[in-house]
Amino acid sequence: MEIPYTVKNRPDTGIYNAKLGVWLFLASEVMLFGGLFSAYVLLRVGAQPGHWPHGWLDVRFGTVNTILLALSAITTLLAWAACKVREFGKFKFFHGCTILLALTFLGIKSYEYHDKWIHYEIQLKDGTFADGHLEEQDDKQVVLHGRIVKDEKDLYDLRAQKDIQLGEVKIDRANIVKMQNYGPWHNTFTAIYFTLTGLHALHILGGTLVIFYLWGPGSKMYKTDPERFTNRIEVSGLFWHFVDLVWIFLFPVLYLT
Amino acid sequence: MQSNVQQFPPNRPEAAEAHSDHGHDHGHDDHGHHEHHEPGFWSKYIFSTDHKVIGIQYGLVSLSFMLFGFFLMVMMRWQIAHPGVPVPVIGPVLAALLGQPAAHGIISPELYNSFGAMHGTIMVFLGVVPLAFAAFGNYVVPLMIGAPDMTFPRINMASFHAFFLGGLVMLVSFFIPGGAAQAGWTSYSPLASTIPTDGQAFWLVGMVLLITSSLLGAVNFIATIIQLRTPGMTWMRLPFFVWAQFVTAFLLLLAFPPLEAAGLLQLMDNVAHTSFFLPTGLAVSGPVGQVSGGGSPLLWQHLFWFLGHPEVYVLILPAMGIVAEIIANNTRKPIWGYKSLVYAALVVGFLSFIVWAHHMYLTGMGQGIATFFQATTMIISIPSVVILTCMFLSLWGGSIRINTPMLFALGFLPMFGIGGLTGLPLGLAASDLYLHDTYYVIAHFHYVVAPGTIFALFAGVYFWFPKMTGRRMSEFWGRVHFWCSFTFMNLVFMPMFAQGIKGMLRRMSDGGVNYSAAKVPGVIDTLPGTVMELNTWILWAAVGLGIAQIPFIINLFWSISHGEKVKSDNPWHATTLDWQTPTPPPHGNFAHEPHVVRGPYDYSLPGEANDYTPQSETGGKSAH
Repeated sequence: MEIPYTVKNRPDTGIYNAKLGVWLFLASEVMLFGGLFSAYVLLRVGAQPGHWPHGWLDVRFGTVNTILLALSAITTLLAWAACKVREFGKFKFFHGCTILLALTFLGIKSYEYHDKWIHYEIQLKDGTFADGHLEEQDDKQVVLHGRIVKDEKDLYDLRAQKDIQLGEVKIDRANIVKMQNYGPWHNTFTAIYFTLTGLHALHILGGTLVIFYLWGPGSKMYKTDPERFTNRIEVSGLFWHFVDLVWIFLFPVLYLT
Repeated sequence: MQSNVQQFPPNRPEAAEAHSDHGHDHGHDDHGHHEHHEPGFWSKYIFSTDHKVIGIQYGLVSLSFMLFGFFLMVMMRWQIAHPGVPVPVIGPVLAALLGQPAAHGIISPELYNSFGAMHGTIMVFLGVVPLAFAAFGNYVVPLMIGAPDMTFPRINMASFHAFFLGGLVMLVSFFIPGGAAQAGWTSYSPLASTIPTDGQAFWLVGMVLLITSSLLGAVNFIATIIQLRTPGMTWMRLPFFVWAQFVTAFLLLLAFPPLEAAGLLQLMDNVAHTSFFLPTGLAVSGPVGQVSGGGSPLLWQHLFWFLGHPEVYVLILPAMGIVAEIIANNTRKPIWGYKSLVYAALVVGFLSFIVWAHHMYLTGMGQGIATFFQATTMIISIPSVVILTCMFLSLWGGSIRINTPMLFALGFLPMFGIGGLTGLPLGLAASDLYLHDTYYVIAHFHYVVAPGTIFALFAGVYFWFPKMTGRRMSEFWGRVHFWCSFTFMNLVFMPMFAQGIKGMLRRMSDGGVNYSAAKVPGVIDTLPGTVMELNTWILWAAVGLGIAQIPFIINLFWSISHGEKVKSDNPWHATTLDWQTPTPPPHGNFAHEPHVVRGPYDYSLPGEANDYTPQSETGGKSAH
């Protein structure tokens, strides 16, 4: 007993099973990220006036990551095309590039996460706020590389402030009311930022693992059944393009506005 | 072209070899060797990729969960009728298993809330949906469309295992400190994030697993119905059951992910202490909660009900499909208005995505939004009525054969009618303001799902049992099961309409004792004693309903080995392809690839020798 159309297209639908399956899966993924994006919209619209952060993320990192994923979309396509014309060496090269680009993306993303993790906002007893990256801390004092502001509101819109002077700020432990880093618990912006990009990063990781499998041990199938192998590259490529597309929405929504 | 249809049926090894021109692995290595040796217990029953085995796995597990969900409900009904009184017989067992929340065999209000939340969750996500969609869909859909299996057999297996794991997580949560989730099956925030139990986190993890399972299942069903229809099985020749499953699969595919998104956000709220659904200035038992605030409780409700409403149609569409098959078969005539049924099912599927906020009239989301959703809610009742009307009209002029499946199918029609019609006052914002959150709502949706969907599912079990086992279930005990269930179902749910109209609220663990004792002249209309007495009646009706299931359970297992053997592969004289297979169908289903030449309901064609003409039977005239 065999299941038909695992490799060849069904004549009247013009598609093979796995390709249809992955498109259906992507439809469901659209609804998943759609739900999260609508959560973003509702949280942002419902935020208190002046409390939605702007300019908290470094546009330079975001831009580089966007370019990396755009390039990886191209190499994925070229890898599939190489399979189509049965040039295995080119396939190996292009998908090797895809994997390297994806890993670089994840590396930059982790650096950005780390940057937020060591970024602290400290409420002081005199009503001012210290804000900056943690340099060192002990039982007596905390040293930040940052600044002190009079009003917490000054920390929200960084795009409006052109010349921010940063320097070493030493704070006595006794003066601290509350000290919190920029983790997901900091406010609804960091919460949705970590959730959206975290889920996206998991998708990147999953996609990279699949592509790595097809590039390495899974590529044995090329010798026995190149057509089916090419289909696998196409199907995993469709997923990869979707993950890239999600980032194309994430970048402006989180970094640029 | 023809080479694409290669490799069909063969259960015969020589045929498989003859067609092995694609000598590669098609992703299910065990199949090739199937004829040569019997696979072991584990690979045959636990890690099976055969759609029929997976269907039966789903069926048995979901029936067990339904029994468990029913048990939770009986415990709650005891607590409602006799608040603070130890549960007889089972009380000491509960106290031993659950400890403090069930001390002295008394169900505490917290435990009552747990049971309530888990009754809803288990019945919907672990009981009815897996039985209606996954069990019947898996077993019957590939047979009906003439396919050798589902498109992705291993994904099918993964779907069942994710479901099973999700169910286990839900069960385990009863035994953790603090107990299972207590915020209702709807898990509204901020309540769900403020009750001090990890049960909510378990609930969310369990739900993510169940959503994964339904995603894998839905992709598989849609791909199977699109790709694996046998030659000649065009769209308008699909049995209505297949159409119903097709629409249901799309609902699961597209409506579940927003709940998964919501679940991830609530998990972040509970585990990482974010504030997605926690508003600024939230106070929990006095002091302001230590959260950043800025979240929106309304957001949870929107995301939840975006799933929640299509879910209603996930519960009801497969049931309608089963009933349509059984009615056509037992009236011995084509189902009335096949095309209307198909288009109505598609319209229901589409509209079900834009009616969700009729669950939220009382949230303060605004009058304009309420008006929009009130309009769409009224519109969606039209295709639902079209479907029900087609089924009623199908009875007209038929020479009706009464047997157990038909009795349950006939019982479905008025019961679902009552459920649907009593929903209208809830869909209109003005009357919903009064009825919202009362027992009227409970009675309404239980009429849709319990005597509605579950009756259809019983009908399906009795109907396809001969195909699954080669034996019939006992007709006598089937009828006992039907008449007792029918009586007790109505005795359980009908009084709830009265209670609700009199103002009894749902989710009161004492059954309204304190509420009715509050005397505020002119402000609260206290519950009359007669309404409170109904609680006792409902308890004993519920116990009776439980006893009425005993004949079914015994009948189900006894008939597997002792039932009357069927004399042919098509004991009901049905037309659809599922009855053209050997009994029970072997791995690969069909002895020869069927070629479909006619529509699904060619009963009583003029000039034919039999009063049924199978879809694959050539010769004779076709009505389609």
